Amino acid sequence: MYRSDVLGDINQKFKEGIIDVIDKSSTRVYIEIKASSLVKIANYIFKELKARFSIASGVDVRSHMEILYHFTLEDINLVISLRVKLDKSKLEIDSLTPSFEAANWIEREIHEMLGINFKGHPDLRRLLLSEDWPEGVYPLRRDYKEWDKKAIRDRGV
Amino acid sequence: MARTIVPIGPYHPLQEEPEFFTLTVEGEKIIAVDVEVGYNHRGIEKLSEMKTFDQSTFVIERICGICSTSHPFAYTRAVEDIIPLEVPERAKYIRTIIAEGERIHSHLLWLGLAGHFLGYNTVYMWAWKLREEILDAMEVLSGNRNNYAMFKPGGVRRDIKAEDIPGVVKKVDSIIPTLIMLKKAVMDDPVLHARTKGVGKLSREEAINYSALGPTARASGVARDLRKDCPYGAYERLDWEMIVTSNGDVFDKLVVRVLETFESIKIIKYCLLNLPKGEIDAQIKSIPSGEGIGQIEAPRGECFHYVKSDGTNRPARHKVRAPTFMNLPTYKSTVVGQTISDATIIFAAIDPCYCCTERMAVRNTSGEKIYNGEDLIRLSQEKTAKIKNKLGIK
Repeated sequence: MYRSDVLGDINQKFKEGIIDVIDKSSTRVYIEIKASSLVKIANYIFKELKARFSIASGVDVRSHMEILYHFTLEDINLVISLRVKLDKSKLEIDSLTPSFEAANWIEREIHEMLGINFKGHPDLRRLLLSEDWPEGVYPLRRDYKEWDKKAIRDRGV
Repeated sequence: MARTIVPIGPYHPLQEEPEFFTLTVEGEKIIAVDVEVGYNHRGIEKLSEMKTFDQSTFVIERICGICSTSHPFAYTRAVEDIIPLEVPERAKYIRTIIAEGERIHSHLLWLGLAGHFLGYNTVYMWAWKLREEILDAMEVLSGNRNNYAMFKPGGVRRDIKAEDIPGVVKKVDSIIPTLIMLKKAVMDDPVLHARTKGVGKLSREEAINYSALGPTARASGVARDLRKDCPYGAYERLDWEMIVTSNGDVFDKLVVRVLETFESIKIIKYCLLNLPKGEIDAQIKSIPSGEGIGQIEAPRGECFHYVKSDGTNRPARHKVRAPTFMNLPTYKSTVVGQTISDATIIFAAIDPCYCCTERMAVRNTSGEKIYNGEDLIRLSQEKTAKIKNKLGIK
């Protein structure tokens, strides 16, 4: 397995799902994809290419939300990060948990921290935040304020 | 058969960290498990966004007292990945030395605790005694037993003095005979075999499905180690062996950790004796906008940091993923079907993070030392004697 073959394969197989490929360095590749083709591409990378799912990271980039799914291919020393951009008016994406268990906890975390809904997740309970944290307040969003009156009132402080 | 729910936590009687387990049992057999975490959530990712790149190094060092090297190591590598930048050779070696020292003391800590959980307190005492030697060696190198503060984006903050090296090598060497004895005591002990062999098995397929990391995965036959596969630091120049076993039970996880300790000693000694000369800091002037990923092999598995920079002096987003985050969910696979008496050691087998290290010295305001450790022990003994005296006990 070579780096160029792997990237060529992905590019060819999912031509209509890929928006942009940024070849950052010899060990890092960022691929921007459409939200609708995430499950297909992630499954291919995890199951066919035998990559390890490192983690996903959600970012609020002000104009939109972004989720990066990081996969590590140890055999060829490469990290592939799938970038999905989500419109703030519709924060929803298909869950990867039915495909592999490793995505379970991080989807729960992104759900509570950024308020993104993962369709098809079997158990979208809170992971880290406490039960008395108010509904609809998402601490990692840009518009979150610690002195948010609603948050403070609901926590009974 | 009737089902009973056994709650364990949030203050775990053995593992000194807040976690909450809900075990559903039929008689003695566990049929379902649910883990609740978050009692220790401190919002460090958010906090890091409010600090400058240099300050963040100190904040994330305090995520965990045991992994106090892994997090800054992964973070500095993520920042260097943004630029991108190679750190000087000498800095790479120093980083490797500190990281391996941490691995030794972390594995010994776990070994001691595992012995303690099984009621084999001899192992606990021996392992922690050995750990002290390593902590002392680390104190010579960095000035601290833990939270070494050695890392900065671009290199390391503190050089290793040539005159310190022979003493440290001697100290590291001094634990080998006892460690060999301990290895035999652990690996050839029939009681330990009976308690750990075939217990809490994680199959290879499940380890891949959960993306388990580090010794947890390697015990299940998944030959993945970032130090070999994605070499960083000085690892690609070193000769050492990756330890992989195939059974995936508690015993194999134990074997992997014990044998890895020997490899770490080999690495640390080689690095100390072959430390290249030169600069220790690449002197970063500014960090451009962009994003970077830093991965390193922590004692418990891959530690993953993602840093996004928008061109200012603060990270725009900093994602921290500790190895235990991926290893904890494997409980669903390992503990179901086992008996409740084995649950403790299975929970402990992935080596969830603990915090410890407590020492103190009392000083008055001008900095003059009033009491040292020995004085405190003496005071404590005197107090016990006083109480005994009062109660009329001889």
